[in-house]
Amino acid sequence: MAVDQAFNKPSTMVKALNEALRRSLDEDPKTLVMGEDVGRLGGVFRVTDGLHKDFGESRVIDTPLAESGIVGTAIGLALRGYRPVVEIQFDGFVYPAFDQIVTQLAKMHARALGHIKLPVTIRIPWAGGIGAVEHHSESHEAYFAHTAGLKVVAPSNPVDAYWMLRQSIASDDPVIFLEPKRRYWDKALLDPDGTAELGLHQARIVRPGRDLTLLAYGPMVKVCLEAAEAAAEDGQRLEVVDLRSLSPVDFDTLAESVTRTGRAVVVHEAPVFMGMGAELAARITERCFYSLEAPVLRVGGYFAPYPPSRVEDAFLPDLDRVLDAVDRALAF
Amino acid sequence: MTVKSTVGAPTAAPGHHGTAAEAGPPDLVQLLTPEGERVEHPQFSVETTPEELRSIYRDLVLVRRFDGEATSLQRQGELGLWASLLGQEAAQVGSGRAMRPGDYAFPTYREHGVAWCKGVDPLNLLGMFRGVNHGGWDPNEKNFHLYTIVIGSQTLHATGYAMGITKDGSDDAVIAYFGDGASSQGDVAEAFTFASVYNAPVVFFCQNNQWAISEPTEKQTRVPLYQRASGYGFPGVRVDGNDVLACLAVTRWALDRARNGEGPTLVEAFTYRMGAHTTSDDPTRYRIADELESWRLKDPIERVKAYLLREGWADAEFLDSVEAESEQLARRVREGVRTMPDPDPSSIFEHVYAEGHAQVDEEREAYLAYAASFERDDVEGEDN
Repeated sequence: MAVDQAFNKPSTMVKALNEALRRSLDEDPKTLVMGEDVGRLGGVFRVTDGLHKDFGESRVIDTPLAESGIVGTAIGLALRGYRPVVEIQFDGFVYPAFDQIVTQLAKMHARALGHIKLPVTIRIPWAGGIGAVEHHSESHEAYFAHTAGLKVVAPSNPVDAYWMLRQSIASDDPVIFLEPKRRYWDKALLDPDGTAELGLHQARIVRPGRDLTLLAYGPMVKVCLEAAEAAAEDGQRLEVVDLRSLSPVDFDTLAESVTRTGRAVVVHEAPVFMGMGAELAARITERCFYSLEAPVLRVGGYFAPYPPSRVEDAFLPDLDRVLDAVDRALAF
Repeated sequence: MTVKSTVGAPTAAPGHHGTAAEAGPPDLVQLLTPEGERVEHPQFSVETTPEELRSIYRDLVLVRRFDGEATSLQRQGELGLWASLLGQEAAQVGSGRAMRPGDYAFPTYREHGVAWCKGVDPLNLLGMFRGVNHGGWDPNEKNFHLYTIVIGSQTLHATGYAMGITKDGSDDAVIAYFGDGASSQGDVAEAFTFASVYNAPVVFFCQNNQWAISEPTEKQTRVPLYQRASGYGFPGVRVDGNDVLACLAVTRWALDRARNGEGPTLVEAFTYRMGAHTTSDDPTRYRIADELESWRLKDPIERVKAYLLREGWADAEFLDSVEAESEQLARRVREGVRTMPDPDPSSIFEHVYAEGHAQVDEEREAYLAYAASFERDDVEGEDN
């Protein structure tokens, strides 16, 4: 494959994901890609572009328009020894498959007392910020992270997207792979022939600092990096931690950071109420209580249906809302 | 035993205006009448040696005895719940015996007779009903998947598994078991769609036992269930579910179609749930005794026994020996259940993930430390 030349210049996240799928398909004949429009079209975001042509319709499968059917048959294929990578076309369309994911995919390994494995990866273009219609902008990670038996990961950049998808497909556990669709077209230099810098479930300190830790994942990592850059102009040295994995969570890295900085703000697009931030705040408080100078604050979406696109900017945390929370935390 | 029929599928009877619960003649495939008379069907036939017929009879009796023992064990408090197959022995033994060892069965939670035919130890089935596990057997050992409680979910797993068989180029086949209630589930409709579109080697074996807990089949469908298949582009057949020979013949035919690349088939085994939905149910609240009595006359075991005796293929000694074997099985099951150990509570944390999970590990450690603190207290108490 003349792929290496293609990676001399920065790749989009879409291209990185495509390459991860391509190499996984190439290396393991049991790997399958399946979903709506993933074949000839290459997926509505083109993540599977060209795979149908190169690997054929037996490996890259255009499915009927039925999400429960896609996940349910993927489970059956996994039971037969295959390693399906399922695409759910948009975040808001995963709910018809929710039953199969929660009652079957997540629990079957335990139900069988470990006798069978369910290496199914479910890719979901996820979260908002692209000016879409209803059901195309949802951040539902807490539903999945709340379900034992599932692993949930969310890359924030093209390089992580590549390696984390490779690792997810290689995992013998079911993985919900959340793709921040507003970052699909961000670019970065990727060396697909290199090695992964981190394990799938390790967090990364993406910007060191000493005054406060911003905890984010997926699309909000970039927002937090921008906020940290802006804060630096005011002399505030913010550390930014990219969680990368939402189940399990690498609390060791988080706690180490917050123990140093003494302050933490969690940022996600999902509604704050009952969101990931609640769990993160509680655990950080338990582990870092004597180091904390302020309560762990949260910035996120509001407890309302995701709004029409003309007002989504008011719903989504942005640089100013993050800095507002930072100021409140630093004021303690 | 051979199935001679390989002719095309019967087509749905046009202009059928009756309700779903009406018995099926002339659509109903029957080879052994309730009186135990062998009859011919224009499209399906089966040839049995006396020895095979005795073996079938033995399966039916043992499965019923096992089922009865499980019901008793629930009444005695040894099981928390039991879902009886009483009345459905022929549908399960007939279809179960039609499978080859390489064929895979995806059961609901009532396929004890299929499990028996696949060689699964009956004690394995009782763990979940006793509450010591949620299944726990290795499905690949006998190609019998774990019981699935969410209605209809397993039909998709069966279809996906069958799609995998096609990719492997194997001539294995799959049976997806489900019931009349499940026929209303979206997952079953999606399984029909996927199986049809991918021409998957799967047999959809619907045991229409007339009742989904308290709801009669009329609450699920306006057309006979087997006719649903035509809308998906594959054949549907209604078979006398209390006729083990007809179930065997039709299921073999459907499995052969699957093996030969002809795709899925829907088999509706028209039968009756003679017992309650589960031991927690009280069917006297929703159905009349007369209905039960009319189905008692169609008993799946009595007709095989009558046939065996009429043909002179079995005598009292044989019947007694099967009876004795069934009591032996019941005793083994009784003892096995009563001595089935409770799992260690720390097993809650086992097998949540194949590759581990930091938070599960953390909680396991915390639990073990907590549990150990009580043990220390106990020791201290003894010292005092």
